[in-house]
Amino acid sequence: MQIFSQDRTYDFMGKSLPFLMLSIVLILASYVMIFSKGLNYGIDFAGGTVVQVKYEGKAPIKLMREKIAQDKMFANASITEFGSPNEVVIRFMSSSDSVKEDLGDKVAKLLKGTGNFEIRRVDIVGPKVGGELREKGIMAMVVSILAILVYITFRFEWRFAIASIIALVHDISIAIGAIILFKVDVNLDILAALLTLLGYSLNDTIIVFDRIREELRESKSNDLFEIINSSISKTLSRTILTSLTTFFVILTLWAFGGEIIHGFGLTLLVGIIVGTYSSIFVASPILKWLNFSVEEFKKKEALKEKRRIEKEKMRAQYEQGIV
Amino acid sequence: MNKGKLNYRLVIFFLAIIFGIGFSMPTFLQTEKGAKISLGLDLQGGLYMLLGVKTDEAIKSKIKSIASSIKYFTDNNDIIIDGLKVTKDSVKFVLVDPDEEKNIDEMLKKIPGLEIKKDGLNYTINLTPLEIEATKEYAINQAVETIRNRLDQFGLAEPNVARQGKDKILVELPGIKTGEEEQRARELIAKAAHLQLMAIDEQRSDRAYTMTQQEAKEYGDVILEDARVPSKKHIVKEVPILDGSMLTDAKVGFDRMNQPVINFTLNAEGSKIFGDFTAKNVGNRLAIVLDNKVYSAPVIRERIGGGSGQISGGFSVDEASDVAIALRSGALLAPVKLLEKRSVGPSLGADSIKASMIALALGFVLVVIFMVLYYGIAGVIADVALIVNLFIVLAVMALFGATLTLPGMAGIVLTVGMAVDANVIINERIRELFRQGVSIQKAIEKGYENAMSAILDANITTLLAAIVLYAYGTGPIKGFAVTMSIGILASMLTAILGTHGIYQYLLPKIEKRKNLSLWFGIKGEAK
Repeated sequence: MQIFSQDRTYDFMGKSLPFLMLSIVLILASYVMIFSKGLNYGIDFAGGTVVQVKYEGKAPIKLMREKIAQDKMFANASITEFGSPNEVVIRFMSSSDSVKEDLGDKVAKLLKGTGNFEIRRVDIVGPKVGGELREKGIMAMVVSILAILVYITFRFEWRFAIASIIALVHDISIAIGAIILFKVDVNLDILAALLTLLGYSLNDTIIVFDRIREELRESKSNDLFEIINSSISKTLSRTILTSLTTFFVILTLWAFGGEIIHGFGLTLLVGIIVGTYSSIFVASPILKWLNFSVEEFKKKEALKEKRRIEKEKMRAQYEQGIV
Repeated sequence: MNKGKLNYRLVIFFLAIIFGIGFSMPTFLQTEKGAKISLGLDLQGGLYMLLGVKTDEAIKSKIKSIASSIKYFTDNNDIIIDGLKVTKDSVKFVLVDPDEEKNIDEMLKKIPGLEIKKDGLNYTINLTPLEIEATKEYAINQAVETIRNRLDQFGLAEPNVARQGKDKILVELPGIKTGEEEQRARELIAKAAHLQLMAIDEQRSDRAYTMTQQEAKEYGDVILEDARVPSKKHIVKEVPILDGSMLTDAKVGFDRMNQPVINFTLNAEGSKIFGDFTAKNVGNRLAIVLDNKVYSAPVIRERIGGGSGQISGGFSVDEASDVAIALRSGALLAPVKLLEKRSVGPSLGADSIKASMIALALGFVLVVIFMVLYYGIAGVIADVALIVNLFIVLAVMALFGATLTLPGMAGIVLTVGMAVDANVIINERIRELFRQGVSIQKAIEKGYENAMSAILDANITTLLAAIVLYAYGTGPIKGFAVTMSIGILASMLTAILGTHGIYQYLLPKIEKRKNLSLWFGIKGEAK
């Protein structure tokens, strides 16, 4: 089976403008969301308590709200359905640092008389731990971006590194926009999803860049657009195939993995779509804007090659005992 | 023409298969022996807690014990001191007889880590900063030890208590099944188990209800609640005669009314102090105080030798047994506080396993079928590598004694995607070369060569992200990073080396048939 003909070269660069506009609109929309609504931090980062309750039969949410509100401590508790009508989660901002007394038990006491239920999960995160986790999360993001930046500069060239980081920021920004749009609670799993996305998005970009690097060395043309178009076209089959398989794997995870993994799956689903799109339409045009010059690259490569040959010569001479 | 023969790549791949299947079997078959992957608390249910230690309290009790030693020394040597007082971080007293100054100074010199300030005969004793650090450090380590001891005796399967970071304690209890069990375990952990034998201040005992705590402090006294009747109050000397650190054993027993009680035994030093005190205080009352509550206050009839005593206080058998465990394991020098808690009921864990297993299996099957449809036999080869990859990930996890968590499962799912990607890249390169009219052998060799740099760069960047995730992540996120890293490394072995070896082995067959549609899923015939 074959979906894409590798012999055809599509003119991606010639048509990059409308896609660029789309990207700008999406990113702007995401940042408007980030700054107006902000991330909906879950208890992992904000601190607080989550109690998951399963009823035999439908959960009486309205009655539960009344009962819970009896205690002032839970005044701002939110009660929402979780996966099925039988199951709910109760979230509130307060936490307690007593080991002996448990907020879960307190909730269970308040809920007495609302039907047969079982407390299935109690998560309590103190405010200090929440702050620490948030700090660590941000550090993780920054450090991994830096590490990757260094690696790509070393393996390619600084313009490639900048272009891939811009594509990366593009992907993560839009994914965060989607997280806000779909009202996903930002917990540790979402951080993991974003970091996975970071790896994945770079992956896609690097495969295309790798091809561009190869074409730069082999092609006789000095036209960057031509080289980029040909590289993207040649990797298009791989890009789409891998994205599709990964997409379907994540889709099953999202659809069947249970409510707990829902946010994680959703973030990755959006991320894969955006990541694939950006590796084709965003990362490569940036090379051009950064004034990447094919001639210069070839000169440098030629110089590198010359040095390599010289070194080899010297080594050969040394080994033969001439020097 | 090359005959189909063993090559080093294939040999390594075979070894990898044997390793993968061999070491993942104990996990699959749940055998008695062999390293197995254990399920995380989110999958099997249980209690996870991160505790902090209130180390300031350890400093306070250290100060108190210094006061106890001073009192014991002066009482025994007939040295008269006045206004022995304990504050948050110091002990103060006034020496009445100046002739005894030398004796007191010598005695204080024997206690290490003290900072002694003297204003005439007014003594103020603090701990040195070094001693404060050491006391805090000791309190944390002691809390870890004590909680571990208590949980070990509590009888739950595989409790894990470990120090985390500078001043946190991680407690994992996978065996907990019910809410009541969790409650008992939490109470046992939190119990200070601070046993004190204290003298009732007989001179002021009638003022227990009228004096404030502040006034009592002026006399070196403290007002404590009764354990059985909370409204009942006792006024006792603030500096205890002795405390639970001199305890050697505590057991559940039954008194004459057949009520559960805790019998405790003191060590030699404690027995001597206890004997001396009771001899001097016949007719007075002695309060048995546990965690600042008075359990009983019997009148001393005669000198009590032998160093044994009893705590009675209307316990249930479970309570008495937990108190005995706590006393045996020792007191917590400093109370613990809850920083983070995650408890998952076993039924939720089972649901999570089911859901993620279905998702994992379904996603996997989808990918496997797709690869065969798209690439023909090349797809089958990629699938073989994928399956071996999965085995290797499980084997390595088992060897490292890793725990499988929900995010860890997600990591495995993502590895499946990454491993397939490598083969997609390789197969696309091979197809490309076929289209250029290259011979089969050259197409395969050159295809692997061309694909290598892209696969390496892609895998290494992802690996970098995974390592950072591991370094900064906690608990479940670490699990995710671990499975992903193992998966990426394993995929280099299976998807790159393994499949290459298979192609080299099958090459004569491919060259004989030359059927590209069957072998690589594209039209046309190879040269």
